[in-house]
Amino acid sequence: MTALLNIAGLTANYGDFQALFGVDLTLNAGETVAIIGANGAGKTTLMRAITGIVRAASGVIALEGAPISKLAAPDVLMAGVAMVPEGRKLFPSLTVEENLLIGAHARKVAGPWNLEAIYDLFPILKERRLSPGTALSGGQQQMVAIGRALMSNPRVLLCDEISLGLAPVIIRDIYAAVPKIKASGASMIVVEQDIGQALKIADRVYCMMEGRVTLTGTPATLSREAIHDAYFGVSA
Amino acid sequence: MIWMDTLVQGILLGGLYALFAAGLSLVFGIMRLVNLAHGDLIVLAAYLILGVMGALGLHPFVAVLIAAPVMFCVGWLLQTYVLNRVLGEDILPPLLVTFGLSVVIQNGLLETYSANSQKLTAGPIEAQSLQFGPIAVGVMPLLTLASAVAVIFALNQLFYRTALGRAFRATSDDATTVQLMGIRPSNVFAMATGIAMVVATIAAMYLGTRANFDPSIGPARLLYAFEAVIIGGLGSLWGTLAGGIVIGVAQAFGAAINPEWQILSGHIAFVLVLLLRPRGLFPRAND
Repeated sequence: MTALLNIAGLTANYGDFQALFGVDLTLNAGETVAIIGANGAGKTTLMRAITGIVRAASGVIALEGAPISKLAAPDVLMAGVAMVPEGRKLFPSLTVEENLLIGAHARKVAGPWNLEAIYDLFPILKERRLSPGTALSGGQQQMVAIGRALMSNPRVLLCDEISLGLAPVIIRDIYAAVPKIKASGASMIVVEQDIGQALKIADRVYCMMEGRVTLTGTPATLSREAIHDAYFGVSA
Repeated sequence: MIWMDTLVQGILLGGLYALFAAGLSLVFGIMRLVNLAHGDLIVLAAYLILGVMGALGLHPFVAVLIAAPVMFCVGWLLQTYVLNRVLGEDILPPLLVTFGLSVVIQNGLLETYSANSQKLTAGPIEAQSLQFGPIAVGVMPLLTLASAVAVIFALNQLFYRTALGRAFRATSDDATTVQLMGIRPSNVFAMATGIAMVVATIAAMYLGTRANFDPSIGPARLLYAFEAVIIGGLGSLWGTLAGGIVIGVAQAFGAAINPEWQILSGHIAFVLVLLLRPRGLFPRAND
C-alpha cells in the first residue's frame, strides 16, 4: 500500500543553516501523526518544507506517490495539502468569515467542509463572523486558522503548534475538535510541544531533535523515558 | 460668490486628480509599490486613445472602451515580466525600475509622436455647461468628477465585496501565508496593475479632452496623484478621492488669488496636511 504522504531523506536549509537532516516520515490515509520535539528541533521547518514555503534541498516528498517537493506553495495546496501555520497568521484586513472563505479561494473541492460545517465545529465563529479576524481571542483565532485550512477540504491537514500561547482550558477546547476532524476522514500531521496532548490524539508519534527523527512509535508502545531521551538527547 | 464658484471648480478639478491617483492608490495599497511611471502610463494611454480615435474615427468616449482592455494587458504584462521581478524587501529596485520606465515611455512617445501638443477632441460637449443658480458648471468637469466617484465606488466594491478583492487584501496583509491558500501573489499583483491601468485610461481620456498633452507631462500628473494618495491616507480609496479634491480646491483658490500660484498652492496644501495629519486624512486602521 502506498502511504498518503511519504517523506524520505528530506533535507532543508535556512540560508546557510541546515535545519533538516534526512527526515523520513509516512502518513497513511485517515491517520493522525504527531511530531513532538523541543524548540529548534526542525518541526516547523519540516511543515514549511512539505507546504513548499521552504524548498527542500534534497530528498522526496510524495503525495500518493506523486512528488510534490519541487512544487511552489500554491501548487502544494492545490494538490491537497493545507496547513494551519504556527502563530495562526490570520489576515487582519479580512473578517472571520472572509478568512474562512479565502481558504477555499483557489481549491474548490467538494467534501465535508464548508462554512456551515466549520460553524458547526466552532459555533462561536458564527457569532463573530463579521469581526476582523485579528479582533478575536487567541483561541478563537486558532479556530479560524483551523477552519480556514479545512475549507479547502485537504487530503492532508498539517497543524503547526496549535496550542502555542493558549491557556490550558482553551487548548482543551481546540483539541476537542480534533476527533471530529478525524471523523471527517482527514489525515493529519500535528506538530506539538505539549507531549501529553500529542499522545492523546495521535495514532503514531515522531520525535524530532536537531533536525532528525530520533524516535517513532505508537503512543501505547513509547515509554516516558524513551520520549524523554529522544526529546532532550540525554538519558533520564 | 466668486469664492463659491472657485470652490466648485476646485472640487471638479479634484475629480481629475482623484482619477490620476486611484490606480496608484490601488497598486500601493496591495503591493506597497510606488509606480513612478504612473503619470507617463496615463499619458501613454492618452496617446493610445488618440491613436484609436484616428484609426477608427471614434469619439473619445468610445475609443476609451477599446483602449482600456489594451492598457489592462499592458499593466498585466508590465507587472508579470518586469515589476514582479524587482518586488521584495528592498524598496529601492522597484523605484529605480519604474523611474527608468518613466524615462523610456517619455522618450518613446517623443520619438513616435514628437513634442507637439495633442488633444482629444470630444466635440460640442466640451463647451456645454449646466447652470446651478449663479454658478455655471461645465459638463465635462462634472462628468470627470462623476467618473472619479464611480471609479472609486467600483474599486471599493471590488475590494470589499468580491473574491478577487479578498485575495487583494489578504495578499496585501501577508504575501507568504496567502500562498498556503493556493493564491499566487504574482498573479494578484498582475491583476491589480491591470486594473490600475484601466483606471489610468479613464483618467487619460479626461486629461486629453480637458487640455493639451505632450510626452513630457507625465511626471507632474504623477506628483498630483502621489500627493492625493498621501493626503487621503495610504491604502484608502475614498481618502484618495478626498486627497484629489483637497489639491484641486487648493489649486483653484491659489489660481483665483494669483494665476501663478495655482500649482504651488496644491503643493502647499499637501505639506500642510502632512504637518497636521502625517498619516493622511483617512489612514487605514491596520497599517
